[in-house]
Amino acid sequence: MNNQTIKTNSRVQVNIAGLSKADYRGNPTTLCQGCGHNSIASQIVAACYELDIVPEDIVKFSGIGCSSKSPTYFLTRSFGFNGLHGRMPSLATGALFADHNLKGIGISGDGDTASIGMGQFKHAVRRNLRLVYIVENNGVYGLTKGQFSATAEAGLTLKSQGTNPYMPVDIAWEALVGHATFVARSFAGDPKQVKALIKAALSHDGIAVLDIISPCVTFNNQDTATHSYAWGKEHEVALHELSYVPPVEEIMVDYELGENVEVTMHDGSLVVLQKLEREYDPTNRAEAIRVLEEANACNCLITGLIYIDTDQKSLDEIYNLPETPLNRLSQERIRPPRETIKTVNDMMF
Amino acid sequence: MSHQMDKVEIGNSIAVNTIVNDFSITVGTMNGSGSQTSNLTVLRALFKMGIPVSGKNLFPSNIQGLPTWYTIRVSKDGYLARREEHEIVVAMNPDSFQQDLREVTPNGSFYYADHIRADIMRDDISIYPMPVKKIVRDSGAPPKLRDYVANMVYVGVLAQSLGIELEKIYQALEYHFKGKSKPIELNYGVVQAAAAWAEENLEKSDPYKLEPMTATENFIMADGNTAGALGSVYGGVHFVSWYPITPASSLAESLGYFLPLLRKDPVEEGKNTFAVVQAEDELAAIGMAVGAGWSGLRALTSTSGPGISLMAEYAGLAYFAEVPLVLWDVQRAGPSTGLPTRTAQGDLTFTYNLGHGDTQQIIMLPGTVNECFEFGWRAFDIAERLQTPVFVLSDLDLGMNQWMTPPFEYPEEPLDRGKVLWEEDLEKLEGKWARYLDIDGDSVPYRTVPGNRHPKAAYFSRGTGHTNEARYSEDSGVWVELLARLKEKHNTARSLMPESIIQDLDGSEIGVIGYGSTEPAIREARDQLAAKGILIDSLRVRSLPFTRDVREFISRHRVNYIVEMNRDGQLKQLLLIDNPDLSNRIISLAYFDGLPMTARYVREAILAAEEERDE
Repeated sequence: MNNQTIKTNSRVQVNIAGLSKADYRGNPTTLCQGCGHNSIASQIVAACYELDIVPEDIVKFSGIGCSSKSPTYFLTRSFGFNGLHGRMPSLATGALFADHNLKGIGISGDGDTASIGMGQFKHAVRRNLRLVYIVENNGVYGLTKGQFSATAEAGLTLKSQGTNPYMPVDIAWEALVGHATFVARSFAGDPKQVKALIKAALSHDGIAVLDIISPCVTFNNQDTATHSYAWGKEHEVALHELSYVPPVEEIMVDYELGENVEVTMHDGSLVVLQKLEREYDPTNRAEAIRVLEEANACNCLITGLIYIDTDQKSLDEIYNLPETPLNRLSQERIRPPRETIKTVNDMMF
Repeated sequence: MSHQMDKVEIGNSIAVNTIVNDFSITVGTMNGSGSQTSNLTVLRALFKMGIPVSGKNLFPSNIQGLPTWYTIRVSKDGYLARREEHEIVVAMNPDSFQQDLREVTPNGSFYYADHIRADIMRDDISIYPMPVKKIVRDSGAPPKLRDYVANMVYVGVLAQSLGIELEKIYQALEYHFKGKSKPIELNYGVVQAAAAWAEENLEKSDPYKLEPMTATENFIMADGNTAGALGSVYGGVHFVSWYPITPASSLAESLGYFLPLLRKDPVEEGKNTFAVVQAEDELAAIGMAVGAGWSGLRALTSTSGPGISLMAEYAGLAYFAEVPLVLWDVQRAGPSTGLPTRTAQGDLTFTYNLGHGDTQQIIMLPGTVNECFEFGWRAFDIAERLQTPVFVLSDLDLGMNQWMTPPFEYPEEPLDRGKVLWEEDLEKLEGKWARYLDIDGDSVPYRTVPGNRHPKAAYFSRGTGHTNEARYSEDSGVWVELLARLKEKHNTARSLMPESIIQDLDGSEIGVIGYGSTEPAIREARDQLAAKGILIDSLRVRSLPFTRDVREFISRHRVNYIVEMNRDGQLKQLLLIDNPDLSNRIISLAYFDGLPMTARYVREAILAAEEERDE
């Protein structure tokens, strides 16, 4: 990580990177008060601060919709690109080739990902793009005022829209069958878990899909709706208590031996999954699929790290790129030398 | 009168004067039968004999079984446009046999595979049945491979009949099979057997002959897609995203071939200074290129019309957010799926305004294979200098057919990476800069790219209204100022774009304006008209927005004929928008049958228009 030397007021608390929490903040939100997306933005700020990430090492991406506005509400010191509806993954794919030291955070919504952007979402997943892909999932189109999204449950009734006749898209499931190497589901009403998952995702070398139920307080927060605060609080079943241990820290989490699953991340950090009511091994894909199916059957919101595979190469690792970022290569390194033109002409007939 | 299949009969009205190095050979085959190898072999052998030659592949959108034609033109005078006359026709496909026969010009010659059973109702041409199956069998080709080499028979027969040097055919095969001796010897064996058969059995009764020249010595043969790819390699392309589509695929595939050969990092040895991604569709292909261009990479995507349709949304965003990237559109005949394997210049107005709202794109129009190479690297300089997408519009004829062309020239200008601020620049500025602020008065602001670690480097890009500081804004004044600056930037482009190619004749009052692959047809038509005493100046447009020489040219000719390959006269439309006061000097000669432009069309259309004017 490339630390900047920044003068800080000695009274302000700073992290190892020498930055205060203010260095991670964004502009004031313009979303509705109580919107789940604001809570997620706060947890991104907290996670990056606590991980001592320099904001310049992050690049933010988004599509279109309420969720996609939120990258302006965190990490102002990071580059960001608010792209097109459903087309954030392609934008991120191209941009992240420029400098392999950068980490992408993509913010999308359920309309942006599961409807218009389903294709790009699944292809980014299959390419194992080095991106934390957060879907702020509320089952509804907010910015266009309350239409059904593709993750809305069948039978959901919304004001002026009637009743949704179609089955919902399960984003975690789609990610899993698309060979995602990190799949999690969480709930904006459980900020502690959201933060731990974001930290783990930032340490993952590849695509990390976080399907976060993030209630829309204006259009879809009635107690019976599966994307509401009330329903989420009532029906959340955490797979485990998740803690993230940075590479340099000793493991200080209090847990009993043999009760936990530990996942060593690419950068040496540990994700410790403390057992709750049941055994769960997130490295077992078949088990992950089973647990999602079970969540459907029991009508509950299963949260936590559903699946992780730390052995797969991320997209840019496949490309045999130099240490020097591509966007810093000098002219001599990207224009073949003069003598090669003769060879090229000789190769023609 | 009717000809029997099994004996050679000769027409009774054959011209006796020999015609040397000035005719067309058209071969009708079934696609998927390996005819491309035979046709390219003839083309290359003629080129190696020093005779100016061009080849046009007129092929169906199909893999196997439909009729396909290949027309080779030899021209001692160096005219390379397609001709509508077929002096020599080779018929290998029963399905197109009668059509092929009809198209032979009077006094021409007709070679056909003698296993095709059909009536031959012409007595004004020379007719040569070829025992294809027998020759292949006698050549010793293994039974399993005979179908694949059958087309080599006409190569050998034509070699003997017209005078193609066998040694040159061997060189062409060596090149085609990249030196692999097995296929070379197999194919050459058939050529030899066929030539030997012709020497013994073919009684020549037509006037067509080939003789070696020295007119191709300083030329290479290449297609525009290969040239465009190579130009991009020398332009420092870092990132390529693409989706397969005829006729553009071979551009990206050539990049995939040449980048590993030419772009290994000289510093960190063995590493790649490039990445090529085959995207899931054109929407993603351009999205990736926009992301890469935004983050400081030289990004390219290549497609054809249907892909351009899908790319409209991101093209508009890239224009508005001021992101450099290069898009190659190798045009084919539309609308819709249209004629996917036929050539056209129908995307001009669409790409020029690609994007909703007020969008004006930058377009480069290569007219030769060599220009495909040059624009290949130059497009990146212009895109990064102007921070905007640059479209390079080629077409199927230029992109996929083989053309003789001067060798590619190494770029003499260093890469122009445009106005990019890095950490040290921002330190000097004490972090004071604004992404969309025009401080140089050329309407082009400064930009930073991700990976710049200066704490003031970052900004937020968006397709929404924004201030000079890249903050969200719906303010009317800010919006008007932003769109006005983008319009002004488009004007800045005029002085950066390649100027037109102008050819003036003394005393001419007539101008012809064209662009792209119609260049050889226009040149030839001008010569033909000059021989009739009609002098015509020409201007070949090479970019949009128009460089200033275009208006100047129009205004000094009483009439300007706009020659292009689309129905609606798209170049004419754009010229009228820019020059409404000169509209009475602008006449459209649009042509849109999907085949490469011919000199005859240009000549006859101008003559007809001039006659109409005189009435």
